[in-house]
Amino acid sequence: MALAQAQALPATETIVPDKIRDGIDLQINGEHYRHTGDPQMPLLWYLRDVLRLTGTKYGGEHGENGADLILLKGKATSAISVTVAKAANTEIVTIEGLAANDGTLHPVQQAFIDEDAIGCGYCTPGWIIASVDLLKRKKQPSDDDIDTLPNVCRCGCQTRVRRAIKRVAAGKAGQP
Amino acid sequence: MSDANRGIRLSRRRFLQVLAGTAGALVIGIRAAEAADTDAPLPPSLLGDTFYGIGAYVRIDTDGNVLIGVRDPDTGTGVATSLPRIIADELDADWNRVSVVSLGLGVTDNNGQPSWIYGRQLGGTGGSISAAWADLRQAGAVARWLLLQAAARRLGVPADRLRCESGTVIALDGRRFTYGSLVEDASKIDMPTSVPPLKTAERYQLIGNPAGDVDAREIVTGQTRFAIDQQYGDTLTAVVVHCPWPDGTLDGIDFTDTLAVKGVRKVLQLSPEVGQQAGTTLSATAVVVLAEDTWSALKGRQKLKLKWKAGASNSESSDALEQQANALLAGKTDPTTRVRNDGDYDAASKKAARRLEATYFQPWLAHATAEPMNCLVRVEKNKATLVVPTQAPQKAWAVVHRITGLSPDQIEIGVPRVGGGYGRRLDHDYLAEAVMLASNKDIDTSVRLIWTHDQDLAHDYYRSGSVHQLSVIIDRKRQITGWYQRMVSASALVNRGVPDSRLWTSEVDVDQLPAALVPNYRSDWYAQTSAIPRGPARSMPHLSNAFAVESFIDEIAHSMKEDPLDTHLRLLGDARELPLSGGGTFDTGRLINVLKLVADRIEWKNWLHSVNGLGIACWHFNGAYVAHAVEVATKDQKLIVQRVVCAVDVGRIINPMGLEGQVAGATLDALSTALNLSITFKDGQIQQHSAKDYPLASMAQLPDAVEVITVPGDRDPAGASFLAMPTAAPALANAVFRATAVRIRRLPLTRELSRLS
Repeated sequence: MALAQAQALPATETIVPDKIRDGIDLQINGEHYRHTGDPQMPLLWYLRDVLRLTGTKYGGEHGENGADLILLKGKATSAISVTVAKAANTEIVTIEGLAANDGTLHPVQQAFIDEDAIGCGYCTPGWIIASVDLLKRKKQPSDDDIDTLPNVCRCGCQTRVRRAIKRVAAGKAGQP
Repeated sequence: MSDANRGIRLSRRRFLQVLAGTAGALVIGIRAAEAADTDAPLPPSLLGDTFYGIGAYVRIDTDGNVLIGVRDPDTGTGVATSLPRIIADELDADWNRVSVVSLGLGVTDNNGQPSWIYGRQLGGTGGSISAAWADLRQAGAVARWLLLQAAARRLGVPADRLRCESGTVIALDGRRFTYGSLVEDASKIDMPTSVPPLKTAERYQLIGNPAGDVDAREIVTGQTRFAIDQQYGDTLTAVVVHCPWPDGTLDGIDFTDTLAVKGVRKVLQLSPEVGQQAGTTLSATAVVVLAEDTWSALKGRQKLKLKWKAGASNSESSDALEQQANALLAGKTDPTTRVRNDGDYDAASKKAARRLEATYFQPWLAHATAEPMNCLVRVEKNKATLVVPTQAPQKAWAVVHRITGLSPDQIEIGVPRVGGGYGRRLDHDYLAEAVMLASNKDIDTSVRLIWTHDQDLAHDYYRSGSVHQLSVIIDRKRQITGWYQRMVSASALVNRGVPDSRLWTSEVDVDQLPAALVPNYRSDWYAQTSAIPRGPARSMPHLSNAFAVESFIDEIAHSMKEDPLDTHLRLLGDARELPLSGGGTFDTGRLINVLKLVADRIEWKNWLHSVNGLGIACWHFNGAYVAHAVEVATKDQKLIVQRVVCAVDVGRIINPMGLEGQVAGATLDALSTALNLSITFKDGQIQQHSAKDYPLASMAQLPDAVEVITVPGDRDPAGASFLAMPTAAPALANAVFRATAVRIRRLPLTRELSRLS
């Protein structure tokens, strides 16, 4: 059967590859993507609906609760507040891209586990991204520095997040 | 199946059963009595070899891995960790070999009626641990018993000469069998005729020891799939805009521009179903935009031209309701309900040496969950499949059943981890919306409905605002001899199948402090009516009542020039157990203990001389005890919450790490609420539309730490998820009074403090 079908195909057709479509090049968690849809689509919906990277959460129309933070050029940025067009050709890291390829957690991720800095868990990725950004800027953040985190959390994880950040600063992530 | 193998009767309707799983696994399940009585064949999912399909509590595989199902939704309360640990401890399982899976709704068809396979399935209501303690340990005990029997037969020794430890059966001579090597034999052994004896406390290995959240690694790596993160292959995304008035209607719509947006498929109107109870259908008329993805749907929604027509509620305002409440309390109207009336308050009043009266106002509140309302649903001819962020899967089932007419086992409800509940997801208006959409004859795909946060905030089931008027009578010996509370609020239970005579139960607790401690105690409740939807809220009714009562005790202390800790201790008297009218007892000794613990920790003896202000408060409910001590300072006109100490006594502690998290978390939530939050309405419309208008506290506003003290105990465990809510605000307000001499009788506190300063 398979042979008969193959013979039935027109033998003269040549395969012409599609023209490379115009689009926006994105660099997310070390992978390259091309977005061919609406350039004005907020990065949040591109991550969640197109790439199905759902670790970055919807956190209000202006990212008010911080659940939609990603690292854009290493800086914590509200993913709903930046369009795909603006994010083009820029290094983007989401919560999914924070751990090493071998599964070793980023020290901030590990410290959040150590300190149980988790409520319902919905806004946790945003807290982690904000903490990574802070610790990159300030190796030994003061309490006032930690106070500048933009996130909010109704489960009340704030005091445990503070402990987690200090744990990372002290180099004690993953230690008892 | 032999008679013995039909299982142990757990209750009138439920049996514990041993089931042979695939590949020789031992599966302990619970089945409805009806199914066991009819010898119905076991549904394959009960024996399934996939994680998703498992329908039992415990499954032990031949490789020694243990899979434990969790019946209650985890809304951040930690039940996905604590419930399996209760079972695993009884089983003497090796926790490192345990995986946990959310069971979803367990329902079978009993002549068209639902039969709940797993019993109670409810999250975030403070009852999961108590319920699990009562029945889940038995599942673990039976599995352990069967494994012991299997080992005993293999060794030819009596089972009582063997012991279990961390996934292994060990004989006196040191021979060991892993559970995995025993399960094939164990699954062929008849069930015991009654539940084997449960472990005694000194043998607990997991209970009482700290454990991190079982979902922690997935959460911190962004792998956890909340309902909002899930879709089926053909899913359309729906976004919604609701009428600003609950009783309003759609007066005109032009969606030409919306349909022109690439990706938009349809625009539909949905209306609340007539005659349905609150929380089971839409709370307001809605227009829905269905599109291929969220962004297209949102763009389409923005281009809608809508004209809403107000209903009769368009003149309502929260200000007017407050004025009406004050007028009620100023007059002599009879209360809607006399909640409690001990002794003779009027007679005591005549002998008063001193009286004091104060009135407290607390605002309306919203739930403000992090994960917005959403629901994924597919409705086919003979099947509805859903993924829902719900706290009450059985109530969710009832809504799906009513709208689709499908029979119990044609409805499948998956419940992933939930992004915050606080009572909001005991209601299912959003689910009704999604199911109505997916059932629409013009829609042949699955649908995921997502509310934006502005819709969450403006279309909630709110906690009613309230006014508390408190009066106290003090005799010549400085004893509190009379207490009179009059409270005005709009009940959360209106249109929820509750008789008028019980509407007060969501608003005030008949046994709350200082009931049973004051000989002449009277509590009256006055009902207000409002078209603004109300519903269950976190720590209701204790949150509002504890603020009024514990602030007032502080005012009494001040008026008597007494240390408020002493006033509390004199009021509580000797350690003793007092009967509660709702059943159970109030152990004054346990309350005194938590009060003294927080006082000691914050160095209360310095309270008068401290530069900063110290405040204290305590409360008891649901068989648990809580106290807070707070220290505040003022700097450049700004309030700084310097220290917060909280002590709790919940009886036996299942997971100390989880408990500390719940207590610290609820404390911060309560502080955030008391400092900042208020819902208002005008012309019948909610005035808060975004996080800017309803700002949860920032990191900077909150204390750097919450010092949590947990009291070890051996009584059956009480729930803790919102135990620490009620006392944080009054302890804060009392501390503010010491620091500033400003008495806060109105929340939110930040606004009130700047008004009075």
